[in-house]
Amino acid sequence: MSLDVGRETLAATGQDGETAFLSVLREALDRLMPMHLQLGATGHILHAGPSLQKLRPDAPLAGRRFLEVFELKRPASLTRVSDLACAEGGRLKLALRDAPRTGLVGLVAPVPAFDTLIVNISFGFNIIDAVQDNDLTSADFAATDLAVEMLYLVEAKTAALREWKALNQRLQGAMTAAEQQASSDMLTGLANRRAMEEVLNRLITAQTPFGLMNLDLDFFKSVNDTLGHAAGDHVLRRVADILKAETRANDVIVRAGGDEFVLIFVGLSNPERLADLGRRIIARLEVPIPFEADTCHISGSIGLTVSDFYTATDAELMMQHADMALYASKRNGRGQVTVYSEDLPGIGESAPGD
Amino acid sequence: MHGLINRAVQCFVRDIYGADSWATLGAATGVGTGGFESMLTYDDEITFRLLDELCRMRKRPAEDILEDIGTYLVTHPNTRAIRRLLRFGGQSFTELLHSLDDLPDRARLAVPELELPALHLTELKTGRFKLEVASSRGGFGPVMAGVLRALADDYGALAFLQLQSAMVPREVLVIDLLDAEFAEAKQFYLGGGLERPAEGAQ
Repeated sequence: MSLDVGRETLAATGQDGETAFLSVLREALDRLMPMHLQLGATGHILHAGPSLQKLRPDAPLAGRRFLEVFELKRPASLTRVSDLACAEGGRLKLALRDAPRTGLVGLVAPVPAFDTLIVNISFGFNIIDAVQDNDLTSADFAATDLAVEMLYLVEAKTAALREWKALNQRLQGAMTAAEQQASSDMLTGLANRRAMEEVLNRLITAQTPFGLMNLDLDFFKSVNDTLGHAAGDHVLRRVADILKAETRANDVIVRAGGDEFVLIFVGLSNPERLADLGRRIIARLEVPIPFEADTCHISGSIGLTVSDFYTATDAELMMQHADMALYASKRNGRGQVTVYSEDLPGIGESAPGD
Repeated sequence: MHGLINRAVQCFVRDIYGADSWATLGAATGVGTGGFESMLTYDDEITFRLLDELCRMRKRPAEDILEDIGTYLVTHPNTRAIRRLLRFGGQSFTELLHSLDDLPDRARLAVPELELPALHLTELKTGRFKLEVASSRGGFGPVMAGVLRALADDYGALAFLQLQSAMVPREVLVIDLLDAEFAEAKQFYLGGGLERPAEGAQ
């Protein structure tokens, strides 16, 4: 039914054509577009759909000026309601002027024959705020409006996402635990080689000065061979305790292999102080360790170097140098500390600072 | 079976019979007390082992326990999200019944891996419906009976439900809707689940 035909039909009934026509249509419009407005030529609201009226239950919208109730955000700077349909294809961006200032989108259809505008309004992306602010139910939306389906999806996806997040958190926890296990030695609880590389890289990147000490236990093999692995394990745990006691909390103690340890002294790069500390460690290692009915005798050899010896610090080179110093200690009769220097035998091809 | 289904059973045991019961059941079935991850998929066999063991523990037939699980899913505060998502199915109990055919698709929209049994509703005559529930080994029929009984309550409808066949691949549930507006429906605001996120079946 075209509008003109409708008008003639209504005129024939003898009623005031415009009013009668709109009131006949009103019921249908309220059902199809429960959030629509009918605006008169003066810019007053002639009628508001039931769901739109529900946003302001205590203040009837009909009779008020459209631009007093709604702030027009786009198109901006329009003052005459009659221009609404012209700009941007009749698309509007609106907000209610009083709180809650729900944002809205609108579409204008002029009905020139009756000098009226029909504006259909929707919440657009503000729908979640809108349904919370206004206690809306499915009945407030036309069955063809996808708003309820969208809310269902948002809620279903939110619930699913919550489960995913919980799973991620549990996996994160398991990963941290696994990483900790992977970076520590099971027997002594000391860091392992993997952790050592990470620490060295971190110190070198941050250009933090540090001392690097390689420690090999002496006579450990004979403890293992004569008293068994249980005694060996006991000795290793005792060594770990001594090393922990002789170092500071932020120094890093690594069990690098069977009876090889690496100690990294963060921020401590004075070779004399480190050599003193090394001698103290050896003295404590040489204290006999009781195990069941037996007593274990071990000692230790130490080689050390410090980051101050190098202009460009290279972890691999420092490890090599600490090893050379360690072998010097062993060659010279064990139970002693050697600080790396260029004069050490066998260093010809790897002079420091290269 | 999807983790969400397994976890629903786990949460049911924990919330209704207590944490100790779950610990016993988890240990007896080899699932462990930590239980299921809701977003992983498990072998179907695990779910049935869990149910068998639960029936033995509670000395009750599977049908009864499954129906209690259905009721739990709609009525317990911890599964509030599920009740809300089901209520999106319609504005009245009748509308909800007619939306059941789409339920598996709706669930897949949220969690693509979640496979629910195929549901098919026919209106036998005014006020009398037949719901067919199809799954490989059955068991979802009694769950749906519990779910729909609780939902009828939620909508304020008076309905009589009868399982004509259960625990078989093709289960049949007959629903007699005696009075669609027997009592006042519990409110369902569209924004109710978003403001304060529901706890989920944790």
